[in-house]
Amino acid sequence: MTYFVRRAGFFLATLWAAVTLNFLIPRLQPGDPAQAILSRLTGKSQAVDPAQLEAVRKMLGAPDGNLLAQYGDYLGALAHGQFGISYTYYPYTVTDVIGDAIPWTLVLVGVTQILSFFIGTVLGAWAAYRRNTRADSWITLGSTFVGTLPFFWLALLLIFVFAITLRWFPDGGGYGGGSQPGWNWLFFSDAFQHSVLPGLSLLITGPIGWILGMRNNMVQTLGEDYARLARAKGLSRRRIALTYGARIAILPNVTGFAIALGSILGGTVLVETIFNYPGMGRLLLEAVSNKDFPLMQTLFLFTTVGVLIANFLADVAYGFLDPRVRRTEAA
Amino acid sequence: MTTPSSTSMTAPAPTGAGDTEGVRVAAIAAGRSNRLPGWFVILWRNGKCRFGLWMLLAFVLVAVFAPVIAPYGPRVDDFGLSEGPTGAHWLGTTARGEDVFSQIVYGARTSLLVGTVAGVLSTIVATAVGLTAGYLQGTVDEVLSFFINLGLVVPVLPLMITLAAYSPVKGLGLIIAVITVTGWAFGARIKRAQIITLRTRDYVTAAKFAGDGTARIIAYEIAPNMMSLIVVGFMGSALGAIGAEAGLAFLGLGDPATTSWGTMLNQASMGGAMTTGQWAWLVAPGIVLALLITAFTLINFGVDALSNPHLRED
Repeated sequence: MTYFVRRAGFFLATLWAAVTLNFLIPRLQPGDPAQAILSRLTGKSQAVDPAQLEAVRKMLGAPDGNLLAQYGDYLGALAHGQFGISYTYYPYTVTDVIGDAIPWTLVLVGVTQILSFFIGTVLGAWAAYRRNTRADSWITLGSTFVGTLPFFWLALLLIFVFAITLRWFPDGGGYGGGSQPGWNWLFFSDAFQHSVLPGLSLLITGPIGWILGMRNNMVQTLGEDYARLARAKGLSRRRIALTYGARIAILPNVTGFAIALGSILGGTVLVETIFNYPGMGRLLLEAVSNKDFPLMQTLFLFTTVGVLIANFLADVAYGFLDPRVRRTEAA
Repeated sequence: MTTPSSTSMTAPAPTGAGDTEGVRVAAIAAGRSNRLPGWFVILWRNGKCRFGLWMLLAFVLVAVFAPVIAPYGPRVDDFGLSEGPTGAHWLGTTARGEDVFSQIVYGARTSLLVGTVAGVLSTIVATAVGLTAGYLQGTVDEVLSFFINLGLVVPVLPLMITLAAYSPVKGLGLIIAVITVTGWAFGARIKRAQIITLRTRDYVTAAKFAGDGTARIIAYEIAPNMMSLIVVGFMGSALGAIGAEAGLAFLGLGDPATTSWGTMLNQASMGGAMTTGQWAWLVAPGIVLALLITAFTLINFGVDALSNPHLRED
C-alpha cells in the first residue's frame, strides 16, 4: 500500500507546485504585473488609463495586498473555478473557450497516441523476435532515420503535397463545408477529413520511441535466465517471445506512455498551429500572440494538471502490473 | 555494416549506471601515447559515430566560415520575390527577395550556437543538481528529487511558450534561457542514479577516511568517473536545444531578425512558399535540420557505447 500512498503524495505535491508555478510566472517580471500587461496592450508610448489599470488588477485576481494575500485570493478563485474572462473571445469566460477546444485535442491526441503505442509496440516486438535479420535492421534503422526528421516540417510537407498540390484533404481547420458541430453524420465525416493530415503528421514520428524502446527491452528480457529455461523446456519460439519476452518488456513502455504525454502535448501545439486545428495547442499560441494572459495562464494550468493526472494513473497502473515496484518502494 | 545494436543484444545489457572503469581501460589501451581522453577514443572507434563527427565538423565549418561560403548576406533583399531555384540563387529567393541558400548557411550558426550554449548550461545545472542529490541523500535528495520529477512531468513546450510570452525582450538569449530552465531534469535524474552507485565504491570510502571533504570528493573522486555520462547528457541536451529552438522560432516566438532554420520555416509558411510553388524555401531548412539531427543521432550510437560497454565496436 505504501507505493500507492507515495504516488498519491507525489501527485498532490506536483499539483500544488504546478498551481504555484502558474501563480509565480506572471509575477516573475520586475514591476507591477498589471502595469506591465497594460503597457503591452496599449503600446509603450501611450499613457495608461487608471480605470483600465484597475480593471486589469481585478482580472489578475489580486487588487491589493502583499504576495501572500494575492496567493490566497488566487487559490480561492481556482477553488471556485474562476479563471477570468478571455480578452480575445470577450465576453466569454476562459473556461468556456477552453471547454470548446478540449474535445478536439483529446480526440486527436488520444487516437494518434493509442495507435502509435500499438504500432510501435508490435513493430518493436517483431524486430526483437526476428533480431539480427533483415526485418530487424529495416525497422530499427528506418525508425532511427524517420526519427531525425523534424515532425512539424513533415506536417508542412503533408499540407504542401496532399492539401495544396493534390487537393485530397483540406489544408486546415477542424471542420467546414457547411457542417456545424453536433451529433450528425455530416459533421463527423467532415471533422474526420480535416483530422487526417494532422493525425498523420503525429503518427509518422509517434511510434518511433515505442519501437526502439520495446525492441531493446524485449531483446533484454529474451536474454534473461527464465527465457533460457523456457527454451530448454522446448517451448515454441512464438510462445517464448509473447509470454516470456513481450509481456515483461512492455512494462517500461506503460510508464513511458505517461511521461511522453507532456512532450506529445507540446507537439500538438505545433501541429494544431500548422493545421489551424481548433484545439488547445492552437488556442495557446493564439493567446500568446494576442497577449490574452488569462487564457494563456489557464491553458498552461490545464495542460500541466492533465499531464500530472495521466502520470498518476500510469503510476497506479504500473503498481498493479508490476508487483516488484510496490515492494522496492515499500522497503 | 554491423549495427551496434546487433553486436550488443546477444548478451543482456546491464541497466542503469554506465561502466566507467571500462572507459579508463580503453583510454589506457588506446590513448596513452597520444593523450586523447578515453571517451573520445571510444567515440572515434565506432564507425557510425565517426561519420557523425565528420558531419558535425562540416556543420561547424559552414557556421564558422558562413560569410565566405554564403554568396550574399542573409538579409540582403534586392533580388526577385519568391523565385524558384536558379544558377544565381541555388535554392531560390524568399517572398522578401532574400537568397535562401545564404540564409541556410547563416542559420547553421544559430542552431549550433543555441545547441552548444543551451547544451552546456543545462548540463551544468543537471550535473550540479544530480550530484548534490545523489551524494548527500536524505532530505536534500528528497527535495531535489521532487524538483527533478516535477521538471520531468511538466509539459515542456507549453512552459517554454508561457515563459517566452512574458519576457519583455525577444531574442536568442531568451530562447537559450528558456531551453535551459526547462531542459535539465532528465540529465539530472540519470546522474543522480549514477552517483548513488559510485558513492559506495572503495576509493570513495578511502578518500573519506583520508579526511577529504565532501566538495573535494565530488570534484576529484566522483566527477572524473562521470565524464562519459556528462558527455552523454551534453549530446542529449544539445540535440534537444536545437530542436526546441527550431520549434519556438517556427511558432514565431524567436527574434524575427535572427536568421535560423526555424525562423525560415516560419517565414516560408507565412510567406506563401506553398502557394507560390517556391518549394525549395520550405524543403531546404527541414533537410538541413534533419541532417544536423542525423549527425547527432550517429554520434549518439558511439555515446551509447560509452555508457554501455556491450555496445562497443573494437
